[in-house]
Amino acid sequence: MAAEGHKLAIFRGLVKFKSNQQKIWGVLLFLSIVTTIEVALGIIKPEILMGSFLRMKLLNWIFIILTIVKAYYIAWDFMHIRDERSGLKNSIVLPLVILIPYLAFILLLEGDYIFDVMASGFTAWNF
Amino acid sequence: MEVTSNTTIEEGQVWGGGNQPLNASYGKMMMWFFIVSDALTFTGFLVSYGFSRFKNINSWPIADEVFTHFPFLHGIDAPMYYVALMTFILIFSSVTMVLAVDAGHHMNKAKVTFYMLLTIIGGAIFVGSQAWEWKNFIKGEYGALETRGGQILQFVNQETGKRAAIQEFAIGIPAERATHQSSNGIWYQSEKALPNVSVAEVTKGFIADENLVIRTQQLTEDGKKTVLSREASLAKINEAVGVVEGANLVHNEYGNRLFADFFFFITGFHGFHVFSGVVINIIIFFNVILGTYERRGHYEMVEKVGLYWHFVDLVWVFVFTFFYLV
Repeated sequence: MAAEGHKLAIFRGLVKFKSNQQKIWGVLLFLSIVTTIEVALGIIKPEILMGSFLRMKLLNWIFIILTIVKAYYIAWDFMHIRDERSGLKNSIVLPLVILIPYLAFILLLEGDYIFDVMASGFTAWNF
Repeated sequence: MEVTSNTTIEEGQVWGGGNQPLNASYGKMMMWFFIVSDALTFTGFLVSYGFSRFKNINSWPIADEVFTHFPFLHGIDAPMYYVALMTFILIFSSVTMVLAVDAGHHMNKAKVTFYMLLTIIGGAIFVGSQAWEWKNFIKGEYGALETRGGQILQFVNQETGKRAAIQEFAIGIPAERATHQSSNGIWYQSEKALPNVSVAEVTKGFIADENLVIRTQQLTEDGKKTVLSREASLAKINEAVGVVEGANLVHNEYGNRLFADFFFFITGFHGFHVFSGVVINIIIFFNVILGTYERRGHYEMVEKVGLYWHFVDLVWVFVFTFFYLV
């Protein structure tokens, strides 16, 4: 990747920066805003978001989605994935995008199952 | 196609690996390989944390009650603020790292040096903060009793609703109980320092103070810890077998032992990454000063350590979410 090879647009071309340095500061601003929202939500814990969706609190879903958004911008702009060839990009991102949700899915499902067994079984755990 | 190299390659060279579809140097590609495998390692840790949490979903400690300290603010309940600050520090040191890489593209040695220095300082502050966080976690705050089944019993003042520290309400009973030492007992056995109070002393103090009730590990419907009535508390306290102060790999006054184990393991492994990142950054920093990359004609090495540094930041974003927010 040469110095002039930076792609300077983020948000699908919505925001365009004049130089790579400006883009870095722009992304920092964005990441800071997202983190501030996360922390504010974590402290306030709005009552509306306490409802459950797919066995998890709505608030927790929001946290996880915002985390993935942050991870995307760190990888794409700080780690320059945006500027890499699609071959390199895919060989890095695809294994992670496929394996991590898969592992999370099977293990969390198993954890939930073990919870049910322990809660409804005949063995006392709380003594 | 973007994949095909734009330089013309002789047919004979292709079979010998002559084309470069990824357009990345050997070192950078190997760094990416490492990052992908390391990302999967952290995934394993975080997902097993999730597994244990889902397994104990109705009795998991509430992070806001565990991490409440902020430097110089004693006795003030400040959940999250300190980790939020740590997150900002790490993101900012990530930014100075990208700026160093960017300055490297322009062959600006002075700027690369300056930004690398800022990155190192940010990383060092972060590691120090994590050590402080560990110190508070290990030391504990209120102390608790543990039952035979490993359940934690914490104490609450009925009137104020505030947590009560066992140190404060326990009533001393004169008794001789020395720490067993291998020098004057069975030579292959030794004992850690004894807690400052015994179960009997805590029980005596608990019975004497009418306002105290027990808070168990179990969560209620709306995600709060169950607080027992005074009668139920008096019955429950007889099940206690040990005093727990602070947290280690075996006992944990905040609740489930697995919480402490995963906390030490995951934040420790991450802290180790930050520490090694700082060390690598220092090495590169001195190489920059010595002009190694100036002579080499490019600052690609700064980008390679930068990738590692951003990865550490990336992992922290997830650790932050799953340990402190969710």
